[in-house]
Amino acid sequence: MSIEKAKVGETGRMNVLTIGLQHETFALPAESVREILDVVPITEVPNARAFVGGLINVRGRVVPLADLRVMFGMDRPPPDKDTRIVVIEIDLDGEPTIAGILADRVRDVTDIEAASIEESPKVGMRWPAEYVRGIGKKGDEFIIVPDMARIFGAAEN
Amino acid sequence: MSIGIDPAETFRQEARELLDALEQSLLDLEQTPDSHDLVDASFRALHTLKGSGSMFGFDEVADFVHEFETAFDKVRKGRSAISTGLVTVALAARDHIQKLIEQPGQHAPAGRPILEALRKIVDTDGAPAPEPAVAAVADASATAGKTWRIVFRLPDDALAFGTNPLLLLDELRELGPCRVTALTDRIPMLETMEPTLAYLGWEVILETDGGLEKIEDVFMFIRDGMELSIEPGAGTVAGGADVARTPDAVSEPVATTKESSSAAPAVRGAKVKAKDATAAASSADRGGSSMRVAAERLDELMDRVGELVIAQSRLTQIASASNDLNLKNVAEELERLASGLRDTTMGIRMVPIGSLFGRFRRLVHDLSHDLGKEIEFVTTGEETELDKTMIERLADPLVHLIRNSIDHGIESPDKRLAAGKGERGRVKLSATHSGAEVAISISDDGKGLDAQRIRAKAEEAGLIAPDAKIADAELYQMIFHPGFSTAGEITSVSGRGVGMDVVKRTIEGLRGSIDLSTRHGEGTTATLRLPLTLAIIEGMLVRVGNGRYSIPLSAVEECVELPPAADLGDQGRNFLNIRGSLVPFLRLRELFKTTTPPDPYQKVVIVAAGDARVGLVVDQIIGNSQTVIKSLSKLHADVETFSGATILGDGTVALILDVMNLVSFGQKLEGRLRSEHLRRAA
Repeated sequence: MSIEKAKVGETGRMNVLTIGLQHETFALPAESVREILDVVPITEVPNARAFVGGLINVRGRVVPLADLRVMFGMDRPPPDKDTRIVVIEIDLDGEPTIAGILADRVRDVTDIEAASIEESPKVGMRWPAEYVRGIGKKGDEFIIVPDMARIFGAAEN
Repeated sequence: MSIGIDPAETFRQEARELLDALEQSLLDLEQTPDSHDLVDASFRALHTLKGSGSMFGFDEVADFVHEFETAFDKVRKGRSAISTGLVTVALAARDHIQKLIEQPGQHAPAGRPILEALRKIVDTDGAPAPEPAVAAVADASATAGKTWRIVFRLPDDALAFGTNPLLLLDELRELGPCRVTALTDRIPMLETMEPTLAYLGWEVILETDGGLEKIEDVFMFIRDGMELSIEPGAGTVAGGADVARTPDAVSEPVATTKESSSAAPAVRGAKVKAKDATAAASSADRGGSSMRVAAERLDELMDRVGELVIAQSRLTQIASASNDLNLKNVAEELERLASGLRDTTMGIRMVPIGSLFGRFRRLVHDLSHDLGKEIEFVTTGEETELDKTMIERLADPLVHLIRNSIDHGIESPDKRLAAGKGERGRVKLSATHSGAEVAISISDDGKGLDAQRIRAKAEEAGLIAPDAKIADAELYQMIFHPGFSTAGEITSVSGRGVGMDVVKRTIEGLRGSIDLSTRHGEGTTATLRLPLTLAIIEGMLVRVGNGRYSIPLSAVEECVELPPAADLGDQGRNFLNIRGSLVPFLRLRELFKTTTPPDPYQKVVIVAAGDARVGLVVDQIIGNSQTVIKSLSKLHADVETFSGATILGDGTVALILDVMNLVSFGQKLEGRLRSEHLRRAA
């Protein structure tokens, strides 16, 4: 948290892509986003954990598809017309890895004031606290900034 | 990608090859000490190293090699015999050269003792070593005559290849006073002359006490294709005892007298030995028809071809659904081209495994020296080809297996004698093709694995229960367990570093397998089975529920329909009768927790998993397909049942089954079901 805050603090704001997962809005760092796809056929990986239960074909590459809703204990309705796949690049043990993230809908690219990001509250949140880096605000809305490194790190083990 | 070429790097690459060649020659020499060809080959390698070393500014290398060469020259002259001691020191010198090249400016002082040792061996070994001067005189007197008539013409294209005749003439001049005459008789008329070709010949009358060999040395590297005659002649240079055949001979004043060589019988008229010439020619051929390519470029090419194959199979699928004959034709044509391209590309990446075996000879030589065990190292099947990446990754596991064989397998000479065996141990490394696989086996005639000791150790480590009944074959597999070592004491050679578990993991990472067979007191054989390539496999596409999976065709033995009786047998008994033999089967629908209703007629794909045959029950067999293997990300590292994924013709992803892991996963699952069943019954 402190490192991230320092990084954010330099520019004062954080450029993010906001996506909707069920009734919540999540923010993904814009620089990690490579592209946004319509839903493509998803290949199920039997016996894989539900978080990374699928594989997709992204321009000839086989890419794991992650479902953040699993990690936050949300309902998982099947894809509809608003569903998108956000292809991001994350760092797994120092190895850059491409992964797809299922989004119920994609909102927009926006800046969040660093100052407005607060640490996740100790109470009043049913999600695992370690997966949330902080809660930002945009207007009246709360935006959840997930800790992608922790989430994917947990999925790996 | 950088196009710039670092000349020093070019030298390093060349030097690496030369050093390898030198090492091979030296090791061969140990076996056949009186082979002149090998001595010459070593000498040539040294000479080239020295030349290009100083050309590229590796002066330390050039200096050291020069000394090395000087000492080795005595061997070449037959004044010192090849001995094991000499080979060992020469190998150390070779290693030193390598260090000088890889890390210039750090190792030069370390060369002194090596050279000392080399000189000592060369001076004391073999024939009495006379003082150089005396030897030279002896040489000279043996060749009867101090004056030589040398006539040489370079091959037409010599200049294009960088041969400089002036340097040759300078070298001859260094041998003694000489008179050079240019032979201009072959120079054509101006209008037909090609300015890049070499038309001139030279006649040199040389007065030297260096002997024939010194003169031959000058031409050592360009013999191929050149005309050369060296004849002893009477008279002196000053006397000008020779002919100029052309009136317009240029460089020197000429006195025409009778040709002296006709008087002196050309006893040693040294034409190039036929054998030498052919050897040189064939190596020149190799040099001309092959080129060095960076490995990344090959990988890139392979990736592109892989994508092309995917795109092509999509096209084939579209064409087969269409009625357009032209489209079908083009698709077929493209399919043929793509598969040809794929084969060729894979062929480029194939390297004979001999390049790897060569490295182990040195290892065996050093080990047998260190451990005081005499080892005969036999290799067969060097020509067997394998994917380059595969060969690189095989090096470490093979080193480990060979070390194990020599350190733990082969007994010490006295123990061998006591056991009624020859004093000399034997390690055999062989490679053969079998279908789409390559089998590499390492066998020794040592004491074999000690089943009891392995068992005791395994019990101690808690790997097996003390009263468990275990087949020997399964027991031997225990040595692949992490942290398992039966070596009583840790020697400098084995018992540390990579263990057998790493060997096994590496081999499995290459989609291969490793088997051990052993006979107590007679030896052990480890057999590695590996696929030919890592990039593309033939797969059989099957459907289970809604998912499509590819089974490596090399593992598939046959396909049958699941008999309704077996299907209704309801999990209590999962085996089939295939022509009288019992074949257990696994229902992939259960393993993959498929929820869709099963197809009415289930199919069984019978695969070979290790020694066993196992049936995999699927909903549908779709057909064969080219499968470009894409590895799974770390996020799926925990899913062992799949070795990778591939992209199908319609663009969707299909998983590739890892047959071995799938079967063991099935066993675990069945075990769990069984114990649950028992619990419920109790």
